[in-house]
Amino acid sequence: MTGAGPSEFRMPSLGADMESGTVAEWLVQPGDSIRKGDIIAVIDTDKALIEVESFHTGVVDSLLVSAGERVPVGTPLALVTTAPAPARPSTRERPPAPAGKEHPRPAPGAPEPAPAPPSPPVTSPIVRHLAEQRGLDLASVHGTGPAGRVIRADVERAQARAKASPLARKLARELGVDLARITGTGRTGAIRADDVRAAAVRQGKPREAAVRASARPAAPAAAERPAQERRGEAMRQAIAQAMARSKREIPHYYLATTVDMSAALAWLRQRNRDLPVPQRLLPAALLLKATALAAKEVPRLNGFWIDDAFVPGDAVHLGVAISLKGGGLITPALHAAAGRELGDLMAGLKDLVARSRAGRLRATEMTEATITVTNLGDLGVELVHGIVHPPQVALVGFGKILDRPWAVDGLLGVRPLVTVTLAADHRATDGFTGARFLAVVERLLNHPEEL
Amino acid sequence: MTPQQARELIEHALAQVAPDADLATLPPDADLRDILELDSLDFLSFVEALSDASGYRIEEDDYPAFSTVAGGAGFLAAHTGTS
Repeated sequence: MTGAGPSEFRMPSLGADMESGTVAEWLVQPGDSIRKGDIIAVIDTDKALIEVESFHTGVVDSLLVSAGERVPVGTPLALVTTAPAPARPSTRERPPAPAGKEHPRPAPGAPEPAPAPPSPPVTSPIVRHLAEQRGLDLASVHGTGPAGRVIRADVERAQARAKASPLARKLARELGVDLARITGTGRTGAIRADDVRAAAVRQGKPREAAVRASARPAAPAAAERPAQERRGEAMRQAIAQAMARSKREIPHYYLATTVDMSAALAWLRQRNRDLPVPQRLLPAALLLKATALAAKEVPRLNGFWIDDAFVPGDAVHLGVAISLKGGGLITPALHAAAGRELGDLMAGLKDLVARSRAGRLRATEMTEATITVTNLGDLGVELVHGIVHPPQVALVGFGKILDRPWAVDGLLGVRPLVTVTLAADHRATDGFTGARFLAVVERLLNHPEEL
Repeated sequence: MTPQQARELIEHALAQVAPDADLATLPPDADLRDILELDSLDFLSFVEALSDASGYRIEEDDYPAFSTVAGGAGFLAAHTGTS
């Protein structure tokens, strides 16, 4: 946006319910060069430790929040100088207070350099620039920084308060959206209720499909673990919120088809005989790949419903419902799944499951899925009627692969069958589209060599 | 290897995929997938670890034998020869 000056790296929203997060760990230091996409911090959201990537390429200017601190979503965590030649931000009108101190962290024991007169409030150039940009009179902003100084968060709060409708404010509270992070589309940039809804949708939520009870019978001794309990509680709340919203807003339709897995399993078995054990494929890899290819072929089911319109996904990022040992569910994304080899997809799935259970996912994995797959077959479930994860528009469910009587060429035989279901948003597609999708899944599973 | 050695290898492999499980109290004839709630990925990890540790490549066709500790120990002992 701005040409010069440091960019902010802020506490990201990693779920609609997330109001604040703790910087669990910094992976960079001031002076480090970073590139867009580098993992620079680990954020504890109460539910999981999430590795967060930088949106900027540049040099880390300063860390504003230290590890262990808990701050609201949207709080600047670090400044990154993005200009190729790292020039100091404008020195034209340097205020008495040094720049770079306008963050909310109380500096214990550090005396204020200048006992500034109350009017006009002392602010850093960055904050003044921000206020100017947003048309706010700094004198009217209540400062919460050291010595009542107006800090960036104050400006953002003031702006959000000034320019949000009462309904938008109420909604923001309900949906756990930080108004300061929303660009209003109303007159004079005011934030409307729809903006809040769209932001909640964009922020991506912890997505969970159907009920997947999965408390692994841990040793009874390892029972009382308050931190884990708190995390479990928070996750339950997140699931509750996202699913309630889905059922409230999304007119679902459901389709199911039964697929004969004989060809797929025979092909898999043959292939696995030739592969080293660590490269062995599970049927899940075939199901995921078939889903990804079908979503590519029927792109109306791959994307988001935002602001009363369908926005197609840029690729097929498969959200995979993964049950966490000890309860809870998380649906991180397998990126660009349609173009990946089966072996690569299988390795990706293993990695995703391992990291989900160890609580080490990346922010992009948490927020970028374009369609979700839930596979409850391992629990012996035959059929899943899923709940779409907003803002996505479709969820594909696979039940257990079971040997069942099946008519083939007029004769009754026993075949391994799987029931594939589709739950989809009727605002985005009709049953006809959904039926086409399931037909493609079936075709692909019947021709595993195409996967 | 002896059934006892095989049993130890199995318990060691299980400890890797189900670190919270109390293996000491695991009945030898209990269905591992059920009692430890192993999903197919967990089971594959178990087989990987066990194949690696025992030096015997466990095929998918052999999986049924490994549904219990006793079954797996018997299978490994029979297929690796006693030393």
